[in-house]
Amino acid sequence: MCKNPYDVIIIGAGVVGCACGRELSKYKLKVGVLEKNTDVSEGISKGNSGVVHAGFYVPYGTLKAKTNVEGSFLIPKLAAELNFPYKKIGKLVISNDKYGLAELKKLKEIGDKNGCIGLEIITEKQISHIEPKVKAKYALFSKETAVISPYLFTIALAENALKNGVEFFLNHEVIKIWKDKEFFVQTKKDTFHSRWLINAAGLYSDKISCLAGDKNHKIFPCRGEYLVTDKDNEKIINRMIYPIPPKDGMSLGVHITPTTDGNILIGPSAEFINNYGLKNTEQFLDGMKEDALTMVPELKKLSIIHTYSGIRPKLIHTETKEDFRDFVIEESKTVPKLINIIGIESPGLAAAPAIANLILNVIGNKENLNKNEQFDACNPKKLDFQSLSVEEKKELIKKNPSFGEIICRCETITKGELLNAINNPLGVKTMDGIKRRCRAGMGRCQGGFCTPRTIKILRKEYGIKEKDILKNENNSNLFFGKIKE
Amino acid sequence: MKYDRFVDLVVIGGGPAGLSAAISAKKNGIDDILLLERELCLGGILNQCIHDGFGLHLFKENLTGPEYAQKQIDELKTLNISYLTDAMVINLTKSKELEFIHKTGHKLIKAKAVILAMGCRERTRFNIQIPGTRPSGIYTAGTAQNLVNLQNIKIGKNILILGSGDIGLIMARRLTLEGMNIAGVYEIMPYTAGLERNIQQCLNDYNIPLFLSSTVTEIFGKERIEGVNIGKVDKNLKLVANTERFVKCDTLLLSVGLIPENELSKKAGVKISDFTGGAVVDSELQTNIEGVFSCGNVLQIHDLADYASSEAKRAGYFAARYIKSKQKRYNRYKINFCEKIKYASPNYIVENKEAIIASFRIKKPAKNVVLIVKDREDNILIKKKFIRLLPSELIQIKLEKEIKSDIYLEIE
Repeated sequence: MCKNPYDVIIIGAGVVGCACGRELSKYKLKVGVLEKNTDVSEGISKGNSGVVHAGFYVPYGTLKAKTNVEGSFLIPKLAAELNFPYKKIGKLVISNDKYGLAELKKLKEIGDKNGCIGLEIITEKQISHIEPKVKAKYALFSKETAVISPYLFTIALAENALKNGVEFFLNHEVIKIWKDKEFFVQTKKDTFHSRWLINAAGLYSDKISCLAGDKNHKIFPCRGEYLVTDKDNEKIINRMIYPIPPKDGMSLGVHITPTTDGNILIGPSAEFINNYGLKNTEQFLDGMKEDALTMVPELKKLSIIHTYSGIRPKLIHTETKEDFRDFVIEESKTVPKLINIIGIESPGLAAAPAIANLILNVIGNKENLNKNEQFDACNPKKLDFQSLSVEEKKELIKKNPSFGEIICRCETITKGELLNAINNPLGVKTMDGIKRRCRAGMGRCQGGFCTPRTIKILRKEYGIKEKDILKNENNSNLFFGKIKE
Repeated sequence: MKYDRFVDLVVIGGGPAGLSAAISAKKNGIDDILLLERELCLGGILNQCIHDGFGLHLFKENLTGPEYAQKQIDELKTLNISYLTDAMVINLTKSKELEFIHKTGHKLIKAKAVILAMGCRERTRFNIQIPGTRPSGIYTAGTAQNLVNLQNIKIGKNILILGSGDIGLIMARRLTLEGMNIAGVYEIMPYTAGLERNIQQCLNDYNIPLFLSSTVTEIFGKERIEGVNIGKVDKNLKLVANTERFVKCDTLLLSVGLIPENELSKKAGVKISDFTGGAVVDSELQTNIEGVFSCGNVLQIHDLADYASSEAKRAGYFAARYIKSKQKRYNRYKINFCEKIKYASPNYIVENKEAIIASFRIKKPAKNVVLIVKDREDNILIKKKFIRLLPSELIQIKLEKEIKSDIYLEIE
């Protein structure tokens, strides 16, 4: 007997797991999401370019193409319902020679076939008209390519799923899975019982599949590093600037991506690694800066305020001599009712909502699903102080003076917004969790000034002991306690 | 535009510079002053500097940071200068309109003159691009100082310090006194960034090892920092092969430089110097925008609060004169300097009967040198011997003779 019977257990609260949770919450199903980290979006979903690809990089007829294009059409509607930042800024893939032009034409052809809208090959004059700081002879212009905040997207999906009855179990690392007609999933804290098991464990999805009895998958971790610049207030660039993808097929090449918040991302690199270690290396940071400056020399005006990395869960390796492997999105061939979602690298962020639809179909094909009449597609509107008009700001401060107190000077984040972030529905109280939800600490001083103020609020207003404040993961404690008791 | 208020002078920042500027403007006849401070109390960074060594020049007394601040705050209050704390200026225009946020609302005010005194921020690990992981336990020295001195928080047990800036040195002593171990202070340059007296009083007196021409080449640790690689660098600051070694630590403090916080100034169109990161100013501390003055660490990084305050005192004086006289600008001459000098401030000289205070910082340590200040006709205005000049010291010079051309600072 198990005290936790579920219809569906989802392992992994990244963008795919959360999208599945939200999709399934539209039906009368008892759904639980198990996550090993202290927050959702702590893995691959936070460390990427945040791009909603239009779908011209992936071969026609594949799951990658289908889910990418479908997902890119679903995301704008989700952004409106769930309130996460989405900006359709467009993209230029640039080149300076005839060879490159041929490559651009190939990409356009693939894109057109895949169902992308509005792809256009443009030349020097048009390029310098829309992006004066970019020097290139030819470009593939994709008007539909958009940027989102990948972690706010994931958090929004999770919060909406939660609102519609999905249960989230953070800090629940799965250590054992067995099947006795139905699944038993043991985490470090508890055991869950479920009819369906969805494996959305990202980087560890091969291991989870293996624990569940399907040993047919292997992930090759491939790290990508990024640099983040200070805000581009002068608007040096307005669109994403990409090179022709490198021949090895392992990445899209080092690109320049304006974020939804006005910073610019430079990256990523591509490096196969033997572990799951996130780090930055001098070699790649210097190399990527050089690559970016070659495309847009004026970027040197912007200072670097942050670096990070993410890991692609690849199904191919330079040594496997394969050019392409599709996403695995299927009921396991050896373990019935185990649904594997494996190898979701780029364009996985864009594809996530479409992947969730496919998963729903897998379950829907096997059993009758009843609509959840109470399903509410929308999240409450998030308060963004800076975007308000002067009159609205005045009114808000009058109603709640904590919006008149600036905690994060670099990003102009008020105490009211910080408190909203701390009081998030998932109950996450880590510093990174708070930072991602309100941006306090994401600016040029990287939390130098607002960390002490946030710490004080957590201690005095929430009674959290200094030694218990985490950066992100367990054991990432910021402090050792008090100096004098 | 509907303004909530008109003010003669707005001072942005309530640290050692802002307080001094407001006091000086008031003493020079300006009554309608508003000082805006973004933190919860006046005093700025002085509040967390509980060590002594402040006030030796300004008050001829050896004070702690809070004591120094209190003297200025008391004077501000005695002079009935109005101020707001927890008031963050979010916009400034070239016509001197200011938007700020406060618990009492969102305000728009118009000033006749503005003094910028916002101070500076610390460079982070990302600014100097240290490779490695991103665990917890990495703090800039000033943030650590706040957490330790104002919040009684134990930030670490075994602490490695990168950079020999003054705050790092002060924190090495402070943390040692609180029973924590300092695994060493590492400085990439062949000389220290902090003041000589701090090397002696904060490191040598406590047997804390200092390693010059050494830097952190990689950070290790997944959740909490576990250690760093330290490598030796050559004259060109390039890593010397096979010198890297692992040093264990549970905390990394960074004291690797300060950046004047001029984001607001830039919004108003204030020109920023590539050398100092502060505003381009004339000898009256006026920026390219008429009626906007700059002083303290937002103008240039000072070694001592006393110097920031005395610079601000002059800014207050000139701002007061500007408000009262509304005079047109005088001729301006340029200050040029030789390649041995890192920068000189101000950038321009206003033709004037009064003595001019200029300051400069040298690029590399030098012994037995002569500073020569010449005018365009090669007339020597100042000749001054120095037994030793250090990059950590901001050297002040007084130009008493009337200046009628560009001048040139030379080190021989």
